[in-house]
Amino acid sequence: MELIKVTIDNKVVEVEKGTTILGAAKKVNVDIPTLCHFKLHDMNIENKPGGCRICVVEVDGRKNLAPACATDCTEGMVIKSHSVRVINARKTVMELILSDHPFECLVCAKSGTCDLQSLAQQLGIRKIHFEGKKSSYRLDTSPSIIREMNKCIMCRRCEMMCNKVQTVGALSAINRGFDSVVSTAFEMNLKNSTCTYCGQCVSVCPTGALTEVDDTARIIRALADPSKTVIVQTAPAVRVALGEEFGMEPGTIVTGKMVAALRRIGFDQVFDTDFAADLTIMEEGSELLNRLGKHLAGDKTVKLPMLTSCCPAWVNFFEKQFPDMLDIPSTAKSPQQMFGAIAKTYLADKMGIKREDLVVVSVMPCLAKKYEAQRDEFKTNGNPDVDFSISTRELAHLIKQTIRDFDSLPDEDFDRPMGESTGAGVIFGTTGGVIEAAVRSAYELHTHKKLPRLNFEELRGLEGIREATIDFDGLPIKIGIAHGLGNARKLLEDIRAGRSHFHAIEIMSCPGGCIGGGGQPLHHGHSSIIKARQAAIYKEDAGKAIRKSHENPDIIKLYDEFLGTPLGEKSHHLLHTEYFNRKK
Amino acid sequence: MGNYKTEILICGGSGCKASQTVLTAKLLREVLEENNLSSEVQVVMTGCFGFCEKGPIVKIMPDNTFYVKVKPEDARELIEEHIIKGKKVNRLLYVDPKTKEIISDSKHMGFYKKQNRIALRNCGVIDPENIDEAIARNAYTALGKVLNEMTPEVAIDVMKKSGMRGRGGGGFPTGMKWDITSKSPAGQKYVVCNADEGDPGAFMDRSILEGDPHSVLEAMAICGYCIGADTGLIYIRAEYPLAIERLKIAIKQAREKGLLGNDILGKGFSFDVELKYGAGAFVCGEETALISSMEGLRGEPTFKPPFPSVEGYLGKPTNVNNVETFASIPEIFNKGAEWFASIGNEKSKGTKVFALAGKINNVGLIEVPMGTTLREVIYEIGGGIKDGKKFKAVQTGGPSGGCLTSKDLDTPIDYDNLIAAGSMMGSGGMIVLDEDDCMVSIAKFYLEFTVEESCGKCSPCRIGNKRLHEILEKICKGNGTLEDLEQLRNLSKVIKDTSLCGLGQTSPNPILSTLDNFYDEYLEHVHDKKCRAGVCKSLMKYVIEPDTCIGCTACVRVCPVDAISGEKKMSHLINQATCIKCGACYDKCKFNAILIK
Repeated sequence: MELIKVTIDNKVVEVEKGTTILGAAKKVNVDIPTLCHFKLHDMNIENKPGGCRICVVEVDGRKNLAPACATDCTEGMVIKSHSVRVINARKTVMELILSDHPFECLVCAKSGTCDLQSLAQQLGIRKIHFEGKKSSYRLDTSPSIIREMNKCIMCRRCEMMCNKVQTVGALSAINRGFDSVVSTAFEMNLKNSTCTYCGQCVSVCPTGALTEVDDTARIIRALADPSKTVIVQTAPAVRVALGEEFGMEPGTIVTGKMVAALRRIGFDQVFDTDFAADLTIMEEGSELLNRLGKHLAGDKTVKLPMLTSCCPAWVNFFEKQFPDMLDIPSTAKSPQQMFGAIAKTYLADKMGIKREDLVVVSVMPCLAKKYEAQRDEFKTNGNPDVDFSISTRELAHLIKQTIRDFDSLPDEDFDRPMGESTGAGVIFGTTGGVIEAAVRSAYELHTHKKLPRLNFEELRGLEGIREATIDFDGLPIKIGIAHGLGNARKLLEDIRAGRSHFHAIEIMSCPGGCIGGGGQPLHHGHSSIIKARQAAIYKEDAGKAIRKSHENPDIIKLYDEFLGTPLGEKSHHLLHTEYFNRKK
Repeated sequence: MGNYKTEILICGGSGCKASQTVLTAKLLREVLEENNLSSEVQVVMTGCFGFCEKGPIVKIMPDNTFYVKVKPEDARELIEEHIIKGKKVNRLLYVDPKTKEIISDSKHMGFYKKQNRIALRNCGVIDPENIDEAIARNAYTALGKVLNEMTPEVAIDVMKKSGMRGRGGGGFPTGMKWDITSKSPAGQKYVVCNADEGDPGAFMDRSILEGDPHSVLEAMAICGYCIGADTGLIYIRAEYPLAIERLKIAIKQAREKGLLGNDILGKGFSFDVELKYGAGAFVCGEETALISSMEGLRGEPTFKPPFPSVEGYLGKPTNVNNVETFASIPEIFNKGAEWFASIGNEKSKGTKVFALAGKINNVGLIEVPMGTTLREVIYEIGGGIKDGKKFKAVQTGGPSGGCLTSKDLDTPIDYDNLIAAGSMMGSGGMIVLDEDDCMVSIAKFYLEFTVEESCGKCSPCRIGNKRLHEILEKICKGNGTLEDLEQLRNLSKVIKDTSLCGLGQTSPNPILSTLDNFYDEYLEHVHDKKCRAGVCKSLMKYVIEPDTCIGCTACVRVCPVDAISGEKKMSHLINQATCIKCGACYDKCKFNAILIK
């Protein structure tokens, strides 16, 4: 490792060769503002097109200013990060960016969490000295994501996420000069593109150019309708992130307060998607054992590995990009949809109401769930199993509209029967969690022995692709895990090429899994936040009395009273789905 | 000339072809055939002669008779008079505008006298579609010499000693670039020829590729040998169909002769060339954007380092040189580094090709030794300003360059002097402006170009240039303020200081240099609401001078909006509210009774 010495604002610092000026500045606590630059440390995600030119600094001996994010330090470099020349340039560039931006901050969905807005404040912009043409693009609304490209500042973060990380290829810069903007191919609507609605573009957009479709108003309307019974389910990753929206430390678990808030907002019953996650394990785990058994018995028609199917963006991805492999993922519906299917049958019966009068709302860390809820195959006579799906951020907005003091709410418990869950259900919220939950149950169902341990450290972590072999009492089960669709693509291509040696693979579209979902509070590039959420998920799991899905008493009861057996006829009808070739 | 006694060279460059030289050549051949002269006289379609002002050019060899503005209908007379009767066709010969003397041999013309054609040595001389003609003029001897006599290190040393600097505009020492690329770890490497010529009015590279494609192919092979590359790529804009066609023919012929392909000249060195087409984006002339475009990505620059010499096309070390740079290289090896270094001045060696355009008598393509003064180029080679008007400025360096004034006329042209004077060499555009040009409008014109051609990646270039252009428009419309002038200067400096690539780092130059040299004109626009050149329509009006007007009504008849009133034989009046300032009346008036105010 070669060390070099540089001077930043008269502070001498020694850095490794290859360190950028921005990296060196951080070492000596010199704050250089950035805008397009975006880095998720340890997750191999970085956007540094060097395009915004906000981070420019003065380097002795250099003719023009250097972008700190993209310029490597060289030995003896002398850097001024806040000279008059730099400040003037920075403010002028910022004014230029703002001169092509709608002044709609008061009513913008991103107001308060907008990087552009906070940077304008930081730079003390009080007047924009330029006026002229402003970019004007049509609004593009899809089931999940709204593109309002008048607000695009060409930071290209979304493009990097969509292409490099997710390999979805829906977004790319088009046109030239002042007219350049990030768009879809041929400027088609997002819903006609290869977009999977993973929402990672939204989660990194520094402005209000990319936002989620806001369904909160429709929920308020449903809550106000006396003829409707409105119930809600909350996904595991929501409870470990929602607190951030109320100023709490990342990783704070707010399950109880969230339940209390939802009751106060007016939901008739507050349930847990974790319950449905346990149900998913029953079905998906049984399917895995079934496929595995046939495979081991020599049945060539059964394909392995089996891939998980609870992530809706992942489903969109393989339907659009790997339509030749639709028979590989598990047919089990996602927890959100299992919940909806059971709620509108079993629960509605129990409550004695018609499905049309029951409104099922889901709170998800995800934007693709909005699209998933609208899929035709998840409707009965046009009535969807899940009526509305809102993101963690939307829930926070909903709470802020109705409750003044979230922090001091009491902790309350979920309603039953669909609020009872196990630790296995909780860990669905992180990469590796679904497969760990499946292992906990499949092991015992297969071996009829009690698991010697519950924590499978070998399945945990944040590496993009992980693999482990779990000993099923003499039978080695090879497991693969991928998060981020680019990583998923690699595993899929291996399968297609016959190179895959796995029995089961868990895939989550978002980096980190649902904790890093497109509907979560914005992490603004701090991977420590994602790590804190992951730690909270495992903490929640460890604190649960029951940690194996098949031991959830309400799940057992559900099979006894209603479903029969996993993979049985009723389960097949209500809890399994099929996939379609959506390649265009 | 082979077996022929006489050769008729006719320009087959894009410009002259547009003036029907294909037809002229056909007619020349027909008349020769009629007179049974086809076996003695050959008609050769060459590349550009450079003297485009006088095109189409026909040159008869060996007596060096230079005919100008030759039309298809002149074909018969040329053959019957010149070839058969041996009598020159005087009406098609060049007349010196000053002395009014007829000059039939081009080397005595002012336009050619001071030129030294190295890169253009074969343009207008050979048939670019016939490799034998190129070989007869020493094509591929340099490659032979390098492969036979030199190690790559020695050849790179020749390049270094020659003092050659990149002709694309940057002026980076070519030998050093080759050296760096050669020292990048061995493996797949590429030689790229940048033929994405994009400056408005520039056609140096096009003319070379159309007139002498082999010089470029030969130099690319030499470069390949020096840096350890077996693949050459020519990035050429699709708008150059003739250059593309001639390159394809040249590549095919070179392969057939074993001058490209495997084991060239039996020396164990293999090299081949492919064409890559650009869609005409100006920014793709920037080497990192060019590479992105070749890779099928959006044509956008990336920051350097890494330089292409280290990490270029497909991540491999890539040596990018411009067409003109390559075209000069074979002569360096044929005649020696010392010979090349003896031409030019201390820091800039050799010659430079310029596309001379604008308000100048001899519009065309010229090649002069570095160090030639602007005065020599404009007044001796260029023949001075058109219509006896007054010289105002010369714009060099294309849209990234600046405007130089009469105080700079004696500046020797080289990379460093032009920068010191507030402009730049660029790829060789040179546009002469006279008193009828409004300098604010000129700056606006160039900004319009850079606004259009900015890739949009970095904010200062994407938005800043747009804002600069808007301010200039405001000034030209008469709505400018003194604050706008300050804003122009501040914003220009920030754009230069903060932009990602060369385009944005230089795009405000036309504004800064006109602000420096013609601030009074800006002030007039802003303060007096006046455009002295009469270019900014919002700031001028056409008025009829009552004493001069005889009431002929000619102006009334051409006015498209019926803005002129007045009785016959009485002085007329222009209704300013209706007038659209088209200038039709001004052009029509024979009595100079219409004035621009």
